[in-house]
Amino acid sequence: MNEERIVATQHDSDHSTLLAYISGFIMSIGLTVAAYLLVVRRALSQHVLIGSIIGLALLQFLVQMFFFLHLGRETKPRWKLLVLGFMVLIVLILVIGSLWIMANLNYRMSPQQMNNYMQDQDGGI
Amino acid sequence: MIEPTTASRINRDQERREADSKTVFGFWVYIMTDCVLFASLFATFAVLRNNTFGGPAGKDIFSLPYVLVETLILLTSSFTCGLAMLAAQRRNKNQVLLWFALTFLLGVAFLVLELTEFRHLAAEGNSWRRSGFLSAFFTLVGTHGLHITIGLLWMVVLMIQVLRKGLLRSTVRRLTLLSLFWHFLDIVWIFIFTIVYLMGAVS
Repeated sequence: MNEERIVATQHDSDHSTLLAYISGFIMSIGLTVAAYLLVVRRALSQHVLIGSIIGLALLQFLVQMFFFLHLGRETKPRWKLLVLGFMVLIVLILVIGSLWIMANLNYRMSPQQMNNYMQDQDGGI
Repeated sequence: MIEPTTASRINRDQERREADSKTVFGFWVYIMTDCVLFASLFATFAVLRNNTFGGPAGKDIFSLPYVLVETLILLTSSFTCGLAMLAAQRRNKNQVLLWFALTFLLGVAFLVLELTEFRHLAAEGNSWRRSGFLSAFFTLVGTHGLHITIGLLWMVVLMIQVLRKGLLRSTVRRLTLLSLFWHFLDIVWIFIFTIVYLMGAVS
């Protein structure tokens, strides 16, 4: 089948894609090493530190989505972006919801109750 | 290069292109659902990370430089995978094989480092049976490692296909799906690196 081997003329876009991969790669390495150095050097107080490494991770998520997965180049009906948005919504509900519920449960359970519960469990096994 | 073609042939080409993009979209939806799987494991880990049951916490057992090396290796493999796809678009068979071979080796290196870490932890008595924290840790990181293993097997199969059949349109489509999968695993690892290792070292 000759037509299976038809080469589309995409040399112009080829060059820009190579640039996209290289810049994405450099930015990813920079962000990774920056987060690592922040933690190792311990330059910031704990809350700021945790906030900034999560921020760096989210930034890297965007960089890789844009430069490696080419999300920005999708043409008009942006189905991929839509599904991605829905995924982010579900993930946020799942993660924040779990943390919230479990923290609340922890808060409402006094140490005494916890001890009784654990002793009951030990006796039961 | 494209010769002057008849209208029907252009049509057929367009139809195939659309079918290909539908396949890629379907795979994209799968990847998004896989993200939800990882999100539930991340949530489990976040809930259990302080439940060490008298055992070690993250900062006692993780070596950050070691994990940084792992991260950089996986990141580089994601980059070489992208270069392989560029070569596939140019229909340059040798370059495709070269870049995918490099990606494969980096992936194997990552997996070996991860398994070495697991073995060390288990040898020191800190296996998944030690505490809730370690159960969640091994499940989360192990699931990622399992995905990497599957990706590596898939890569071998596709490299054999490229070697034997060359870069047919169907092969390039499969390579596209594999590269999506591989980039996705790299993105998941960034969050493991940040949430499990870096935040484990901080708190």
